[in-house]
Amino acid sequence: MHRFANPTQFMRIANAIYPWAAGLCVLLFAAAIPIALVFSPPDYQQGDTVRIMYVHVSSAWLMMMIYGIIAANSAMFLIWRHPMANLMAKASAPMGAIFCALALITGMLWGKPMWGAFWVWDARLTSTLILFFLYLGYIALSDAFEDSERGDKAAAILALVGSVNIPIIHFSVEWWNTLHQPSIIKDGNMSVDPALRLPLFLMMGAFTMFYFAVLILRLRSELLAAKIRNARLSQVADASAPQPAE
Amino acid sequence: MTRKRRRLYFVLLGLLGLGAGTALVLTAFQDNIVFFFSPTDIAAKPVCAQRCTIGGLVAAGSLMKEGQNVSFDVTDTVETVSVKYVGIIPDLFREGQGVVVEGRMNSGVFMASNVLAKHDENYMPPEVADALKKSGRWKEGEPLPAATKSN
Repeated sequence: MHRFANPTQFMRIANAIYPWAAGLCVLLFAAAIPIALVFSPPDYQQGDTVRIMYVHVSSAWLMMMIYGIIAANSAMFLIWRHPMANLMAKASAPMGAIFCALALITGMLWGKPMWGAFWVWDARLTSTLILFFLYLGYIALSDAFEDSERGDKAAAILALVGSVNIPIIHFSVEWWNTLHQPSIIKDGNMSVDPALRLPLFLMMGAFTMFYFAVLILRLRSELLAAKIRNARLSQVADASAPQPAE
Repeated sequence: MTRKRRRLYFVLLGLLGLGAGTALVLTAFQDNIVFFFSPTDIAAKPVCAQRCTIGGLVAAGSLMKEGQNVSFDVTDTVETVSVKYVGIIPDLFREGQGVVVEGRMNSGVFMASNVLAKHDENYMPPEVADALKKSGRWKEGEPLPAATKSN
């Protein structure tokens, strides 16, 4: 695994994955959007409002997965000081924050017509809001120091501390009474009819591929930016070096 | 022990401590984290002297509506609480359906200030729901029969 700490090695694999992730993302969205919005049947209780669920659950899935990736990479960065792990975590954070915001917003839009309230302070909603603040805190903290290395370490520690929230979000609907409905997967069974399951899975796949494709693009541009910075620095160093006397 | 090994143990130990601490805090605040109490909780201890939230199923045959004046019973099949409410109830509100009510107890009747419908985790097209109901294999508010879930 430590082999992939080398940016060149890592990007060789990432660049090979990129066209597959991007292609699958386009294909899955092309299938998921019309099926989710038009061709799948409405729900027996919610009617067409159920279609919000396809975006909501996909966003929530990504906000959890991305946080897991950030926490794992932060641990690798703190323990083995792999700069690539730090780059992965930093490149993922804004996307995680956006998907977390999407999950919160789509949930509110669904909650008003179904529950009768945009927001309630139940355990699932509150812990998800905390996750959103963790994302914002991570992004802010990693940029808060003059010395970027210190900022990265502080942010990585915050990411690890915040990882206790992930099981809390997942199990909140089982551990406590919540207004939010329990998980749709229980004991390996799914309480979603196959006709509604298809658009859900397609959409989750499309979202996931989108994340991987954009992550690789972000890593590429981060590495290029680092190269440019280094080139500039060595230019400045050359220019300011004392000229040999003639 | 190398520095890397030491950092690894430090991170693992930190996470373990943090997890244990969080678990203790969450257990201690159990009563504050639950979003609502069941009618059984309310019968067992005086948790609803002040404003509180109760949840359960709308008891079948208990719903009475007169304009905006609504009254119904919330039940968890063991205990039942009668609720009075003035206002608009959400679309999903039905007898046999999950409900969460905010308000306060007033001489044995729960005076609600807000009524929220609780949605369950079952999603299916109307035709499937009709077919299941017709064949008597499922009623609203119940978990789906396993046979329909596993395919």
